[in-house]
Amino acid sequence: MALTIGVPRETLPGEKRVATVPEVVEKLIKLGFSVAVESGAGDAANCSDDSYRAAGAQVVEGAAKLWAGSDIVFKVGVPTTEEVGLLREGGTLIGFVWPAQNPDLMQQLAAKKATVLAIDSLPRQLSRAQKMDALTSQAGVAGYRAVIEAANAFGRFFNGQITAAGKVPPAKVFIAGAGVAGLAAIGTAAGLGAIVRANDTRAEVADQVVSLGGEFVKVDYEEEGSGGGGYAKVMSEGFQQAQREMYAKQAREVDIIITTALIPGKPAPRLITAEMVQSMKPGSVIVDMAAERGGNCELTEPGKAVVKHGVTIVGYTDLNSRLAKQSSTLYATNLFRLTEELCKTKDGIIDVNMEDDAIRGLTVVKDGEVTWPPPAPKLPAAATAAKPAAAPAQAAKKGHGHGAASEPMAGNKLAIMFGVAAALFWFVGANAPAAFLAHFTVFVLACFVGYMVVWNVTPALHTPLMSVTNAISSIIAIGALVQIAPPLAGGMPPDQWIRWLAVGGIVLTAVNMFGGFAVTQRMLAMFRK
Amino acid sequence: MSGNLATVSYIGAIILFILSLGGLSNPETSRRGNLYGMIGMALAVLATIFGPRVTTAGIPWIIGAMVVGGSVGLYAAKVVKMTQMPELVALMHSLVGLAACLVGFASYIDTSIQFTGAEKSIHEMEIYIGILIGAVTFSGSLIAFGKLNGKIGGAPLLLPARHWLNLIGLLVVIWFGREFINAHSISEGMTPLIVMTVIALLFGIHMVMAIGGADMPVVVSMLNSYSGWAAAATGFMLSNDLLIVVGALVGSSGAILSYIMCRAMNRNFISVIAGGFGTGGGTPAPKGEAAQPAGEVVAVSATETAELLKEAKSVIIVPGYGMAVAQAQHTVYEITRHLREKGVNIRFGIHPVAGRMPGHMNVLLAEAKVPYDIVMEMDELNEDFPDTDVAMVIGANDIVNPAAQDDPTSPIAGMPVLEVWKAKTSIVMKRSMASGYAGVDNPLFYKENNRMLFGDAKKMLDEVLVALKS
Repeated sequence: MALTIGVPRETLPGEKRVATVPEVVEKLIKLGFSVAVESGAGDAANCSDDSYRAAGAQVVEGAAKLWAGSDIVFKVGVPTTEEVGLLREGGTLIGFVWPAQNPDLMQQLAAKKATVLAIDSLPRQLSRAQKMDALTSQAGVAGYRAVIEAANAFGRFFNGQITAAGKVPPAKVFIAGAGVAGLAAIGTAAGLGAIVRANDTRAEVADQVVSLGGEFVKVDYEEEGSGGGGYAKVMSEGFQQAQREMYAKQAREVDIIITTALIPGKPAPRLITAEMVQSMKPGSVIVDMAAERGGNCELTEPGKAVVKHGVTIVGYTDLNSRLAKQSSTLYATNLFRLTEELCKTKDGIIDVNMEDDAIRGLTVVKDGEVTWPPPAPKLPAAATAAKPAAAPAQAAKKGHGHGAASEPMAGNKLAIMFGVAAALFWFVGANAPAAFLAHFTVFVLACFVGYMVVWNVTPALHTPLMSVTNAISSIIAIGALVQIAPPLAGGMPPDQWIRWLAVGGIVLTAVNMFGGFAVTQRMLAMFRK
Repeated sequence: MSGNLATVSYIGAIILFILSLGGLSNPETSRRGNLYGMIGMALAVLATIFGPRVTTAGIPWIIGAMVVGGSVGLYAAKVVKMTQMPELVALMHSLVGLAACLVGFASYIDTSIQFTGAEKSIHEMEIYIGILIGAVTFSGSLIAFGKLNGKIGGAPLLLPARHWLNLIGLLVVIWFGREFINAHSISEGMTPLIVMTVIALLFGIHMVMAIGGADMPVVVSMLNSYSGWAAAATGFMLSNDLLIVVGALVGSSGAILSYIMCRAMNRNFISVIAGGFGTGGGTPAPKGEAAQPAGEVVAVSATETAELLKEAKSVIIVPGYGMAVAQAQHTVYEITRHLREKGVNIRFGIHPVAGRMPGHMNVLLAEAKVPYDIVMEMDELNEDFPDTDVAMVIGANDIVNPAAQDDPTSPIAGMPVLEVWKAKTSIVMKRSMASGYAGVDNPLFYKENNRMLFGDAKKMLDEVLVALKS
């Protein structure tokens, strides 16, 4: 039997978003689900009850009735205690949960025997998960809106203009933190014509900043700030000192500052001090996107726009609700993509497959059991384990004289290889005299050394590698040298044949020896930056 | 110098050789690496000459032989053109092979060290195997030299039942090997030894004759590997650890190179050695009707090419063997320099098997003074093609063939290729519409965003350069 997806009206004050929009309702119905929407759920996001009806959803009066009739509930905001009370025993809830910050909520949900997929717990490093990444889609909207708020509060044009009434300089915007929100803000501000600068502790985002039309401002201090999972980490004291100086300098120069710096599980870092605000030009604007977590600016008042020292400080925490239609559409699409992953059979039944890395990460409560935090993703570990296993196999193969190495091989093939190698070694060990074995040991070890060394050679130098190995292989000259005039055993005269063969050998190898090294030298001298 | 001193000198030489190969991991350290190699070689040779196994009577002979060989080698190294490097390397491999044979024979008739029992058998087996590998290396390399040089046609020579011939050869070699070990006197053992040598020489010729021109990188690196194994076998023969170690180093180096080359062509080693690729007539390419590319070929002039390059912000040049044949690398450099001065992001994409030996293109570009930091490996820039304005293919074909990815019936399906067709515009410089060595038609030429610039690469590039400067 097809399941019913219920979309209640968001109850948090100021929340204008809705968990699905009419366009997405149609797609959900195509997946085989039936969809119920609470009357008035989409009003604030310009989605009327009628438009939901037209898309095929059932519109239900009152939250209690909706929650009771839904197998799966799509929500935006973190559910309140009352809402959890309304959730059906054994039902499924999908939305923002923030399990780390809301342990009580997790217990309540577990008590309800619910299955909860927290969209905020998505393993973002999986490229497959990007289409479901609601944090990214919402941050992008917020970044856009932050620039709009700044433009609204700012008394001048963003772009520079030359008009009959005189020249207008372009606004200078500084964006702290080039995450998703920061990048969206960079793109938007640059699109409006402002001069955009941005900074981030993660040096690798510099290219992205430039690609969006911004200029990357470096902190004059060497430290890498990537903290895993695409977030930044807390930086050292020396770095913070250098960073503060950079921010103070920017504050004096720019007209608009937009801060987006967040560190997971920690209060927002204080980047803009009261003095910096004071040093800004009158009429400047600060938009603090981290206001909800304490703010990046010392003077931010969460939820409000205030004017201090002549600078408007915008601390709105509801930037997404201020662009409710756009946020809702993107969020609804994220949830739809997630539903697709859950319902691969397209029959309106979901399957919470805990073997799937993305779904495993999302699922924080499964049938009343708390499954958060998830184990570390297994993929990278498997890859590193396979690599060293393959390497000795190849070297072992060359140990007994085959010309070529082989593909990195599967486990059973590897076992056969080792078996063959072991048999060969046993054969050699059982039959060969001790003198031979000493040389054999040297030979096998040298093969390993060669293997290790040569894999490090850069492909650009393969030709010099060949000519230098060629020169080195003229070491056969030693063989000829020792034969040319050995100490005479028992007074026998040296055999003329041996002498001439040896002389021939020396001539040939000398050609190689001198020619090989000389030509290698000539080639290598040409490689230059 | 005592025996012990000679031995420790050998250890020093071994370390220097390993450092020498290790130095090649980076162009910055490579020159020093080569120097280590020279010092190691000098150390090894001097330690041997002044060691206990050489009496003063031999020194004039040694000096004479060294001077003759050395001057020939230095002369060759001085005059060789960079485009001829594959030939030179192949020729040098053959010298190593021949030297291994000579040393093997000398060692057999040398009676100054007597072995008995199992040691005698092993010693003789080592001689036998050493000469075998040496002879195969010698004749195989000579043929490879001829093919690279153009003295022997590039097309593979496929005798009927060639695998059976090889098998029979192998059996005969094993049979005579038994005879040889059981021989009681040197003159009695000489016959099987000579017969085996002849068969090995024929086998080497046959093996390389059967391999097509495009597979030459594999052959050259394989022969490189063989010359190493020949040295190692000689080392066993003479109970000399230095030779064993160096042989093993060179042998594994060549083997790794062969492996890298095979992987870059998505073929396995056996099938390359078994031969028959790029035959045209020999193996009928399984061309399905779907493989026939549709669309029109758009030809452009040198002036139009220059216009495209002028407007481009980022350019990737993909050189192939055709650039080497036309000696166009210097003009390519002039164009590169000109565009770089204008702030164009210009880079080179090198396919591992471009050219006739591993790293051939890198050497040519280095000779033309192209800085090595803009010369990239395929994997380094393959993802950048969608952001590239112009991809210029100079004398390459199979390594930019989209059929390798799109058409599972293509003979080169699965081979990694440079995705030039993803660039906004690709320009292919070619003499005519003929197919590459693999005998596969290239759908790239018919793509909408592709332009063909027909003509000799050098002449056309000169014209492009003139148009760019005007």
